[in-house]
Amino acid sequence: MRNLALGLHLRLVYLFLYGPILVLMVLSLNRAGMPTAWTGLSFKWYARLAESGPIVQSALNTLIVGVSSTVIATVLGTLLALGVENRRRSGALDAMLFAPMIIPDIVLAIALLSFYTALEWTLGLYSIILSHVVFNIAFVCAVVRTRLRSFDYSIVEASADLGATDLTTFRRVTLPVIFPGVLAGALLAFTLSIDEFIIAYFTAGAGQGSTTLPMQIYAMIRFGVTPEINAMATIIMGVSFALVLVSQRLNKGAMPGQ
Amino acid sequence: MPNRLKSWALMLPGLGWLVVFMVVPCVLLLAYSFFERGVYGGIDYVFTWGNFERAADPLYASIFATSARIALTATAIAVVIAYPAAYAISRAPVRRQTALLVLVMLPFWSNYLIRTYAWIVLLNREGLINRALSALGLVDQPVPMLYNEFAVVTGLVYNYLPFVILTVYSSIQRLNPEVLEASEDLGAPAWKTFHRVMLPLTLPGVAAGAVFVFVLSIGNFITPDLLGGGRFQMVGNLIYDQYLSARDWPFGSALAMALIAVMLLLLFAQALAVKRAEEKGVQDA
Repeated sequence: MRNLALGLHLRLVYLFLYGPILVLMVLSLNRAGMPTAWTGLSFKWYARLAESGPIVQSALNTLIVGVSSTVIATVLGTLLALGVENRRRSGALDAMLFAPMIIPDIVLAIALLSFYTALEWTLGLYSIILSHVVFNIAFVCAVVRTRLRSFDYSIVEASADLGATDLTTFRRVTLPVIFPGVLAGALLAFTLSIDEFIIAYFTAGAGQGSTTLPMQIYAMIRFGVTPEINAMATIIMGVSFALVLVSQRLNKGAMPGQ
Repeated sequence: MPNRLKSWALMLPGLGWLVVFMVVPCVLLLAYSFFERGVYGGIDYVFTWGNFERAADPLYASIFATSARIALTATAIAVVIAYPAAYAISRAPVRRQTALLVLVMLPFWSNYLIRTYAWIVLLNREGLINRALSALGLVDQPVPMLYNEFAVVTGLVYNYLPFVILTVYSSIQRLNPEVLEASEDLGAPAWKTFHRVMLPLTLPGVAAGAVFVFVLSIGNFITPDLLGGGRFQMVGNLIYDQYLSARDWPFGSALAMALIAVMLLLLFAQALAVKRAEEKGVQDA
């Protein structure tokens, strides 16, 4: 009886989590695009997306921001993880590495806007990239650190004993072992970056040229319920889910709490 | 190179980035909160406590109170839903547990705006839920479910539930099953085992998840903006307005600092509680 109730509860939780997403996916294929009635299968909302200049441009911007900030953050975050795991635990250091993940987005966003304004920088895509690297470093570092906890440092010593330089040891021994973790961190960073809205919104500047996809979505949602969003939601969900699943496969145990 | 130097060299670029693009901007924000607002926006570099006095004004304090109430409601609901779900997952066959957890986390890693938008589609007057209700003959008039506190709380619970399930799951996972068996062997009914043994031992996990939801909810800006329809404000919206509409950056900074202070206090209290629980656990063992 108790198990039955628990099982039912769990099913309802999954329904709660996936129901809204599924509704959007189904609606994206509905000719009418509205939840009034099913009026036949249609891909016209996807076609509309592809034809819309601003949407395509913002998707492109999102890719630029996502790839650049991920590449920078993956290199810096991995080095950081190697350095941190190599020394005694420090509360101050942990707090600093944890902070970007828990500072409310809105606070980091206004802090960065204030900072860039004080420096009198003209904002654009590059300032979004600089800002995204902040939280991406934290996530990459966290994922790589998880990987490093199960790392057997004796193989590094063995490599050094055999006369390898630090760089050779890193390239031939350490990196291959931690690589799945690095890649998983990079994928998560990319996923977070292409979905991030508030920080991008504040650090994009006034120019139309630096609109990212989430900013575009925000504008569309505020404008009202438009069926194109359903198609866009479906694509974005698909991409995000695929990235997370790949990342999960690469680095078993890297997801928080596991 | 000595080990210490080597690890600093490895950390330098990343830490440098965090210092320049996180620590310095946050310190700047702190400094702004003590200056006066310029006549045409901008900053007048005159020291003042005025921004914090204004933040404590009943008008703004009430926004903090509303935010706290909404965040607390969302947290409580999330915990009540998450606990049995986490327990159910921990009772599933071991091989399936990872898959079940990934399924829980998956929505969390997708676009926040879109997940919030989904609730606009579901909750609006012409939305799926209202249509279903009237088709079933349960209501004659559409029920107003969107642009109110109910919608905001629903959105927050929806977005942060996965994290509570995860933290509670990991604390149930750490539980020694023999303790539960011992309680049952000693004749405790199931509810008593839960109330006296399981719940106290998993409380740190529940607290971690709860603090997480509360912290993310109280500073939230998108959910109240989109699902609350701008009819009532939370701290996040207030900060947003001060920065982008009113252009009163010093006051916006003061509000941000107040928000951070509330969060730090909570995180500190939680860390203290976990430490106490751990020390107590050591004593008992």
